[in-house]
Amino acid sequence: MLAFENLGIRFGGNQAVQNVTGSIQPGIITAIIGPNGAGKSTFFNLLSGFYQPTSGRVTFGGQDITGLPTHQVVALGVARTFQTTTIYKELSVLDNALLGHRVRTRSGLWDALLLTGRERRERRASQEAALAALRRVGLEGQAHLPAGSLTQEAQKRVSIAIALATGPQVLLLDEPAAGINPEETVNLTRTIRELAASGLTVVLIEHKMSMIMTLADHIMVLHHGEKIAEGSPAQVSRDPRVVEAYLGGHAAPHVQQEFKIDLAEEAARLEGSHE
Amino acid sequence: MSLAPTPARSLPTGWPWLLVLVLAAVVPIFVHNNYLFDVAINVMIFAIAAYGMNVMLGYAGLLPLAHAGFFGIGAYTVGILTLKLGWSFWLAWPLAIVLCAALGLLLGLVAFRTRDDVFAIFTLGVGVIITESINKWDRLTGGNDGLNGIAAPKLGSLDFGKAASFFYLALVALALTVFLVARVRASLFGKSLIAIRGGEDLARSAGINVYTHKLRVMMLSTALAGFAGGLYAVYIGFLGAAITGPSTTFTILLYLLVGGVGTLAGPLLGTLIIRVLQQFIQGLQDYQYVVLGPLLVLLVLFFPAGLAGLWTRLRANRPPALREASDAGV
Repeated sequence: MLAFENLGIRFGGNQAVQNVTGSIQPGIITAIIGPNGAGKSTFFNLLSGFYQPTSGRVTFGGQDITGLPTHQVVALGVARTFQTTTIYKELSVLDNALLGHRVRTRSGLWDALLLTGRERRERRASQEAALAALRRVGLEGQAHLPAGSLTQEAQKRVSIAIALATGPQVLLLDEPAAGINPEETVNLTRTIRELAASGLTVVLIEHKMSMIMTLADHIMVLHHGEKIAEGSPAQVSRDPRVVEAYLGGHAAPHVQQEFKIDLAEEAARLEGSHE
Repeated sequence: MSLAPTPARSLPTGWPWLLVLVLAAVVPIFVHNNYLFDVAINVMIFAIAAYGMNVMLGYAGLLPLAHAGFFGIGAYTVGILTLKLGWSFWLAWPLAIVLCAALGLLLGLVAFRTRDDVFAIFTLGVGVIITESINKWDRLTGGNDGLNGIAAPKLGSLDFGKAASFFYLALVALALTVFLVARVRASLFGKSLIAIRGGEDLARSAGINVYTHKLRVMMLSTALAGFAGGLYAVYIGFLGAAITGPSTTFTILLYLLVGGVGTLAGPLLGTLIIRVLQQFIQGLQDYQYVVLGPLLVLLVLFFPAGLAGLWTRLRANRPPALREASDAGV
């Protein structure tokens, strides 16, 4: 549904993403992995219209969305979250989610000044959509608290709720589990799986290998801005180019070692669970 | 602030305003002091202008430094139309507001290609251009001599040349301004502005069309500046280019900072306190800034969110059950 051809962007002399071709399959969870600086977030920014690609194109449901401003991409049904927890900390949880529904409303300045029927109607609709989004991430009980007073994990959920309130078909999650503890990661993993089960197409960038290996149906590997591998978690974890990309990098030896064990363990566990 | 538009909820939040309005309305029955009327009318006119700046700076997080320029365009439009073309104030005033909104839109179309500091500097430049144009366009604006003898409006047998009558005109204008600005703040549009202030990138990825929201709030801001300017023209009866310059813009900004940027009460509180304070230290003449300066420094140091922000903070110290998660609710 979301497809990209020869997608690339150059910042000055730095080719951050180049020649990425592929597509996101509907209804499943796709993970995008790669060493630090592989261009994963930049790739997300290209998909969501945050950056204008310098080459290639992006289509959604057959429609060319290359170069569309972000709010229009969101209106078509592609929503995203940010790597760092980006929410409105001083607003209530409900108001955060409510802003996500703004893209589905049309009330403007006149509606505000005259308190028109449309404004009243859309306020009710926004409230319902926001509450529905909070329910999907399990935050309906905290709707009236200031978002900044929640735990780090709950704040991650708020950012997902903002994206959900836009009524997306595709949800792009940029490192949803960054900065939260293992137990919370398990809970968040469950929520993401529930979202996918409800028919949402999920694409996520993540560094936590355990999370990716248990969550992803499909993995795409970026390295130096290029796609070097793609496939099921078991396939990708055995792919020599992927191992090379991670181990041939400049990471400290113990990090490489950890990753190797991580990957091998997860692959073994995964195969075990399928048998 | 809750979105629920039910009267049961809006009544408790709005009652202090109604009380202030009623009190202000009965004062002229007991007080017949023209000096006090003059101070009050000036406070109300500049408070309206401060509300215009607040919707930009306080809600959308944009610093519009051409604000007094639009105040001037509103004032001169009313002055020129009534004085030179013999228009009724009641026609000239709305036209001035529409003109300011339209020019605000034009400025926005260009200025919103910039962000943050660059936007502020750009609008500052535009403000200077407006003042200079007014100063040099002798045939239209009277240039250095200004416009003299703008008549006070009449409505039937009501003559707003009397300070007590004008007081009511300014009061109605201010009440309307507060009412409309409060409506904007509670609306989907207003919430989206707050989102833009909180973070443009997040607003964009939440699906908010940042550009059109900025354009519309710019029009509201310049319209309010023109609304205040038109009132100013017929109250003072004389217009010079100086009032449209950056020093007026920064004075209005000062009212906002003292009162509390982004709050509903802030623009009125700040204008009231600074202008009243100035009345008290006027006797010091050149030395009044020796008093005013340190006072402002202390105020900014200890009440960075302004006087209205102080109230919010006091409220925030109450048990959580009593308060809603709200900002700028004052």
